[in-house]
Amino acid sequence: MNFIGLFLREWRVLLRNRATVINPMAFMFLAVMLFAVGSPLQDSDQAAYGAAVLWLIVLLTNMLSLDSLFRRDYDNGVLEQVLSAANMPFFVVLIRIVVQWLGTGLLITLLAPLLCLFLGLPSQAIGSTMLALLLGTPTLSLLGAVGAAMTVGFSRGGILLGLLVLPLFLPVLIFGASAINASLTGAGSPAPLYWLGFISMLALTVGPFAATLGLKISLQMQ
Amino acid sequence: MTLKELWHKLGSPRWFYHMSTPWVTGFGIAAALLLCTGIVWGLGFAPQDYQQGNSVRIMYVHVPAAMVAQSVYIGMGVAGFVLFVWRMKLADVAIAACLPFGMMLTALALFSGGVWGRPTWGTWWDWDGRTVSTLVMLFLYIGIYALREAIPDVELRGRASALVAVVGTINIPIIKYSVEWWHTLHQPASFTLTAKPTMPPEMYLPLLVMVLGIYCFAGHNILSRMRLEIVRRERGTQWVRELVLPARAAG
Repeated sequence: MNFIGLFLREWRVLLRNRATVINPMAFMFLAVMLFAVGSPLQDSDQAAYGAAVLWLIVLLTNMLSLDSLFRRDYDNGVLEQVLSAANMPFFVVLIRIVVQWLGTGLLITLLAPLLCLFLGLPSQAIGSTMLALLLGTPTLSLLGAVGAAMTVGFSRGGILLGLLVLPLFLPVLIFGASAINASLTGAGSPAPLYWLGFISMLALTVGPFAATLGLKISLQMQ
Repeated sequence: MTLKELWHKLGSPRWFYHMSTPWVTGFGIAAALLLCTGIVWGLGFAPQDYQQGNSVRIMYVHVPAAMVAQSVYIGMGVAGFVLFVWRMKLADVAIAACLPFGMMLTALALFSGGVWGRPTWGTWWDWDGRTVSTLVMLFLYIGIYALREAIPDVELRGRASALVAVVGTINIPIIKYSVEWWHTLHQPASFTLTAKPTMPPEMYLPLLVMVLGIYCFAGHNILSRMRLEIVRRERGTQWVRELVLPARAAG
């Protein structure tokens, strides 16, 4: 099977539909701005909430992006073609998820210094924030893909997608926020980062497999 | 009957319906006896807690509800796995039966926990580790329920909810331990509940009776729901017609 060809195809699709990348990012900064304006806190207090708010906004941004993960290809029939032609549908789905992560998780990680600045997180937290995002966001894409695969058959699956996947994101929120908070208090313990990595590894073994099964169910719903 | 034969026979809803008749009755009688004994013993005769006074008696409802709600969720995950691997129709019936019952027990556990928390912790609600993991379980139940409501086709509905139940069950330990780990970092000062192993047998035994009683009630309730669902799905078949309208079928 031609992995590189598949990857390049997905990558080209991503580049040609820039809105699927840009819109969630715009949403993310908009949400950050709304929080910063609406919060009555001074800059020094904002840091205490910064980690939790940052992760919450990342979860919601990722959820918005997940809704379009399979939708276009499902609607125009490409997904059915690709899945029935591939002798390993698992890898087709995995590559699709990896490309989605490049467009959200990795991009958010690269934009993290800006997010820290807007949310009042001090510069000593930037390093651990980026590391936590790098290790934590793969889980969001991998497990979120299961929800996206299950809800792609509904014309308005967005709210159901959130209901299905947000409870599963709770550990990422907990360890992600505590990784950032640990660097704020100076008690820099790598344990939350190890946990984020461990959860991502587990999600890698479960997510694409379950998403493939979910897509097969959704395709029968048509 | 060997285990393998039982496994094959479980594929037949009709066989299951007839097999489960004595079990439903048995679980029902056992639940009634155990729950009556446990409630009277726990609420009337068990000793008060030296710190919490009479409010400790809420434990006799709260702890069994929370325990069984978790077991029902795990049972649903196992049924989902069975449905996915062996395509057993009965497993989907089991998921459909476990969902409303488990959801109800989880809500009961949260509610009784709030009622218990008010006099002991001084608050109805606290973002405590175990409270959060129970609340997440309620959301997982609601998610599967919403997904089932959204899919009209019976077979696809079963497979979709089975997949989500399995993925959710794999995540349950991680969610549980991450939340408890987080909780130990943020231990609230008002947490005054005494540790479990210090409980004397006069309090421990009625609790055990209540736990067994709720398990029997779960068995009774889930089996009854499964039987009803089987009759509903198999309504076109001869055996259900004979079951429901014996006179007409004979005449």
